[in-house]
Amino acid sequence: MKKAVFNMEPFSCPSCIKKIETTLLKVDGVRDAKVLFHSGRVRVEFDSAVANAEALENTLNRLGYPVQSSKVT
Amino acid sequence: MNRINNFHIAMVTGSLLLAAMVLHWLALTDAKHAVLIASTLVAGYFIAIKAFKSLRMKAFSIELLVTIAVVGALIIGEYVEAAAVTFLFIFGAYLETRTLEKTRSSLRALIDMTPIEATVIRAEGNIKVPAEDLIKGDRILIHSGEKIAADGQIISGRATIVEAAITGESVPAAKAEGDHVFSGTIIDNGYIEVLVERVGDDTTFAKIIELVEDAQESKTKTQKFLDRFANIYTPSIVVLSVLVYVFSSNVELALTFLVIACPGALVISAPVSMVAGIGNGARNGVLIKGGEIMEKLAKVNLVLFDKTGTLTKGRPTVTEVMAWTGDENELLRLAAQVEVASEHHLGQTIVSEARQRSLALTDKPEDADIIKGNGMTAVVAGQRFVIGNRKLMRAEGIDIAPQQEAHAIAREKAGNTAIFVAIDGAIKGLISIADQIKPEAKRAIAQLRAQGVEKMFMLTGDNRHTAQLVGDELGLDAVHAELLPEDKVSWVKQLKAQGYRVAMVGDGINDAPALATADVGLAMGTGGADITMETADVVLMSDNLDHFAHAHALAKATVGNMLQNTFFAVGTVIILLVGVVLGKVFLASGMLIHEISVLLVILNAVRLIRYKGKHGIRAKLVNPALNLGG
Repeated sequence: MKKAVFNMEPFSCPSCIKKIETTLLKVDGVRDAKVLFHSGRVRVEFDSAVANAEALENTLNRLGYPVQSSKVT
Repeated sequence: MNRINNFHIAMVTGSLLLAAMVLHWLALTDAKHAVLIASTLVAGYFIAIKAFKSLRMKAFSIELLVTIAVVGALIIGEYVEAAAVTFLFIFGAYLETRTLEKTRSSLRALIDMTPIEATVIRAEGNIKVPAEDLIKGDRILIHSGEKIAADGQIISGRATIVEAAITGESVPAAKAEGDHVFSGTIIDNGYIEVLVERVGDDTTFAKIIELVEDAQESKTKTQKFLDRFANIYTPSIVVLSVLVYVFSSNVELALTFLVIACPGALVISAPVSMVAGIGNGARNGVLIKGGEIMEKLAKVNLVLFDKTGTLTKGRPTVTEVMAWTGDENELLRLAAQVEVASEHHLGQTIVSEARQRSLALTDKPEDADIIKGNGMTAVVAGQRFVIGNRKLMRAEGIDIAPQQEAHAIAREKAGNTAIFVAIDGAIKGLISIADQIKPEAKRAIAQLRAQGVEKMFMLTGDNRHTAQLVGDELGLDAVHAELLPEDKVSWVKQLKAQGYRVAMVGDGINDAPALATADVGLAMGTGGADITMETADVVLMSDNLDHFAHAHALAKATVGNMLQNTFFAVGTVIILLVGVVLGKVFLASGMLIHEISVLLVILNAVRLIRYKGKHGIRAKLVNPALNLGG
């Protein structure tokens, strides 16, 4: 079980929260995804045997939300 | 790069709109239309891309509605409207992001204070490493002006430390060997070596940030209601626009409905106030664990205080040294030389007072004998000392003169413990020790009353006499003393049953059950104890009561701000709907009103960032170190 925190550009529209969370939760191995709207971060808990942080970062980028930096613990 | 893009697009399309205006004056209609269409396409392109991206994820977005409306406007030849709507949408988004950043700036300022590197003592010498590479057990060096990169204990040196990042207190705290220091705090003056205990995400500083982040995301009842309303609002407006088109074939009206379907101000009105309010608290060392707690705190009308450590400093200090013959410092020095051998906290209070006065404790006590609960005897430099209470003096056969006894009684009535100092069988002096009331306590209590708290009680485990003295001094409405933790809980229950909305302020560890029972439990001066940070509703990082008064004022201001925003947002929606139905509001004006309402709601919330309380005495808590970060 790993935890990744992605720093995003500031979010401007609250409607994107649900979009990002549901898309991430569809990824195999993702247990929990939370968009921190006000601090511009996305927290994801995932099973490192199935998913990896780079793939998650890619998903976010393709959704139209570029990742600025990330931290995996 | 979203923000820069939006800004550039807004600049380009804005200039195109100006050019169109010039062409309009010159009556070059075709050229004007060409410029307007170009402007619409530039801005519209970026809106459509977003709409498409969400559509691909099977998500319905506001961008999609705007795109449809703009395409429709182009088809029916409303070029001015189309260009204006796309420009306003992009420019509005840019301004929203910019102003929203302000409401988030408090947390951002905190995050920016995260330490980056540390100097570690290693076998090969002192080397600089990134803060995240530190491990438990490392020894780090910190000089004046540097930031401490981990939580730990000072193993050598002394320093004054600005702990604003943790406590919100801008006055530096003096720390020395054995004291604990926090990641994110800055050495104001001095030099220390620290044994690393917690690093990275485990530090108190990182926990504060995570806590504030989560608190800002949590939703209040008002917020949940508005979200539900917005969820119904958007689809029904879209359906309405389709119905209007089907039944009346009024394309303009149908398209206008699409543009006003975005519930922007509605969705954002309550959260921006909360984010700004919670951020303000965090910057002043007050962690409020979410919007609902903010609402509860604003409604509190009865406050229960623990005594020791909450209303009083919680550390006994020497309040007076009385020497009947000779100098008071000399008497203190002699007494301290004896008490060095004592492990009793009153003895240690005497020793630390002597150290604070820089008195030289050179001679060592011999034949030290500690008489439990009464005091101690010892021989120092050939003189025999007896230091303790009346009982010990009587047991040693030492006479207490009437004027000495009178003085001791007077000191005791003022809440002190009186300690007699006898040398070679004669009483030479009296040392008074007391736990002092915090200097700001009276002011904070007065402020709470002015803010509408009706009653304030003290609940304490301490003895009736001392408790009553403190209660009288502070003007509390009632004092309940000699209570066990479970008695405190039953008081809280009883007062809640009487209909009061109860806040309990305590030190978090032994008051935990009472804190949990109260409507709002505030833990004070915890210095980052994990359990209290997790269980309390509100965590006051410093032990300063002004911060509590501020928390209460802030909660009221935040809830008020949220209500203003909610009424304003709902009002705007009603005005827009009525305006559209009556044919007074069209595409561009609909978008303009929408964007202005969003901005006004955000700007109203931004006022909370700088909120310092009604009475202005909060000015000193504004924190220069953090403002640098912003």
